[in-house]
Amino acid sequence: MAKVKCAWFDFTCCEGCQIELTNFGEPFVDLLEHIEPVEFREAMSEKTTGPIDVAFIEGSFSREADRRRLEQIRERAAVVVAYGSCATSGGVNALKNHTNDYTEEVYGADAKRPHLDSQKALPVSAAIKVDYNIPGCPIDKAEFIRVVEQLVHGTAKVYIPSYPVCVECKRRETVCRYDDGDHCLGPIALAGCGAPCPADGIPCEACRGMVKEPNEAAMELVLKENGNLPERWAKDKSRMFTANIRGDA
Amino acid sequence: MATQNAKIDVHHVTRVEGHGNIVVNVTDGTIEKCEWQVPEAPRFFEAMVRGRHYSEVARITSRICGICSVGHTLASLKASEAALGIEISQQTDLLRRLLKHAENFDSHILHVYFLVAPDLLGVPSVFPLVPTHGDVVKRALRMKRLGHEWGTCIGGRTTHPTRAVVGGFASLPGGARSVREAEDNLRELKEKLLGAVPDAVATFELLGELAGGIPPFTRPTEYIGLVDDKEYGLYDGKIGCVMPDGTRELFEVSDYRSVTNEYMTDQSTAKFAKHNMDSYMAGALARINLNYDRLHPEAMKLAEGLGFKTLCFNPYMNSVAQFIEAVHNVYMSVGYIDQLLEIGLKDEKPVEPTRFGRGVGATEVPRGILFHEYEYDQEGFCTKGNCIIPTNQNHGNIQRDFDALVPELLAMDKTEKEMELMLEMLVRAYDPCISCSTHYLDVTFKK
Repeated sequence: MAKVKCAWFDFTCCEGCQIELTNFGEPFVDLLEHIEPVEFREAMSEKTTGPIDVAFIEGSFSREADRRRLEQIRERAAVVVAYGSCATSGGVNALKNHTNDYTEEVYGADAKRPHLDSQKALPVSAAIKVDYNIPGCPIDKAEFIRVVEQLVHGTAKVYIPSYPVCVECKRRETVCRYDDGDHCLGPIALAGCGAPCPADGIPCEACRGMVKEPNEAAMELVLKENGNLPERWAKDKSRMFTANIRGDA
Repeated sequence: MATQNAKIDVHHVTRVEGHGNIVVNVTDGTIEKCEWQVPEAPRFFEAMVRGRHYSEVARITSRICGICSVGHTLASLKASEAALGIEISQQTDLLRRLLKHAENFDSHILHVYFLVAPDLLGVPSVFPLVPTHGDVVKRALRMKRLGHEWGTCIGGRTTHPTRAVVGGFASLPGGARSVREAEDNLRELKEKLLGAVPDAVATFELLGELAGGIPPFTRPTEYIGLVDDKEYGLYDGKIGCVMPDGTRELFEVSDYRSVTNEYMTDQSTAKFAKHNMDSYMAGALARINLNYDRLHPEAMKLAEGLGFKTLCFNPYMNSVAQFIEAVHNVYMSVGYIDQLLEIGLKDEKPVEPTRFGRGVGATEVPRGILFHEYEYDQEGFCTKGNCIIPTNQNHGNIQRDFDALVPELLAMDKTEKEMELMLEMLVRAYDPCISCSTHYLDVTFKK
């Protein structure tokens, strides 16, 4: 069987998801028996203008100037996978989307310089058709490999769970953050990560996004009544990673 | 006969973090343009932290950079703790140092093996080395994995660590449910670190073989980095500067603006910085120039074996300095684990705020000194944030190196391709982290 030609591209992001790929260690060499990296700017100088079997795109679409580059990737790639929350939902980059003065706040008097032009942070799917999304900040390495396996072996459907993070906490017997005097977005957060954050003693921030039809009003009430969060915090809590998914987006 | 004409336009330099361009135009022997450009998309982190609770701020600013997310987390926590009047425990201090060493090792191994070594071995990436130098690639991946496991044991994760929180740690090393289990996890980590010594020695030998390929370019400049009473400046300390003549100065971290002096330029979405000279360098070479005497003896032995001498003015030697630091990181961490086990771990709760105000924190990330500053309102929500990133501080120095190097390359009759490679290698030597560097800004805090 011919190796699957894979290419990696990055837009507005921290490039942490591609760093996660280097954390496999020696088994990464085994992966190379099935895939052939043909372009990966951060790791290799080789480039290609030819067709690609699978394009992995990291980062948000946050500049109109990037649209053409995304379209060119789409034209060359049989399958486009958006990986990491910046690419799947806008991720943390969207945290500023509800404000209008972010350029002035950061660049001050220089804000009007043309090269600083930036629109609201959007998912890759706002610019081109995306075949599969692998959410997470960062991505879960095991899930990434599972998706690659499914693509390499031609599985019809790439599976991403649709239940909330609470399910995974129960499964691994993690004490609920609320029982520990904390708060958490687990009840509405999309699972699949294995719930590492509550297990490490911090709240789930819903970095993978929300379950389908989340009850955001009930979540806000729980944050206030069970988590003792003040009104403004409870209202804004889920904005960190789900600004483009919330009902008010 | 010197080279008379050259046109170099490297759009998005490969094997660096983030997006940078190299543009050089030489016509009839005249350099018309010679620029290091930074077109990375701006990300506006300082605007994102506004209105967020102090417990969330490090979790947001960690996302500035995937490679130095531990460093961003620590600088952020230190700034918040300074603003909130929090004194951390000795255990927290030691665990954070252990985490900082892990990140430094992890990132340096990635840089030296995956981003720099291909140039020295004459290949475009690490992938062609799999069939020809399989043992080297496997060793590199093994060492990278060690850095990851080491940081994960302490921080929960290396990309956007979970456990390090304002006031301390949210859980014990290895996610242990008891102190005894946590101590066992530390013992296991110590064994892994000591087990890496043969790989470090093999890397030393490889570097010795490849060192001849490191260009002999030098340009004296100012070097800035942390100088710590307790160890080689990395996790903590004051801002140290060393000038080409060896003159040294020390500044309080809270005075960072008088050192970084950022300014805007049209060639970049990131700001540039200058101090005593018109540019300065931060990173492993700056740190080793400032802290050589505090290297662990085993690391110093390797430095001597590689013929490394300070002050070193060759920016390409930054990669060698990184390897020396990586060895230092291993031995220092073994010492910290021994210290933690001797004191005995405690299951500590993070320390609570005693006030709400403004604070600055600094730490060294693999690419150089990093500053975060925040201001909080009386309910603990952030009203202002400012992050000054090492790569920002290096952009000006890269440009000055270009200005000095291009005429030398022309005089040496280098071809366009050779010049392009030398300039790319120079950029790579700085190990720039460009997606970090475009979130700076000029925020004025109210007095």
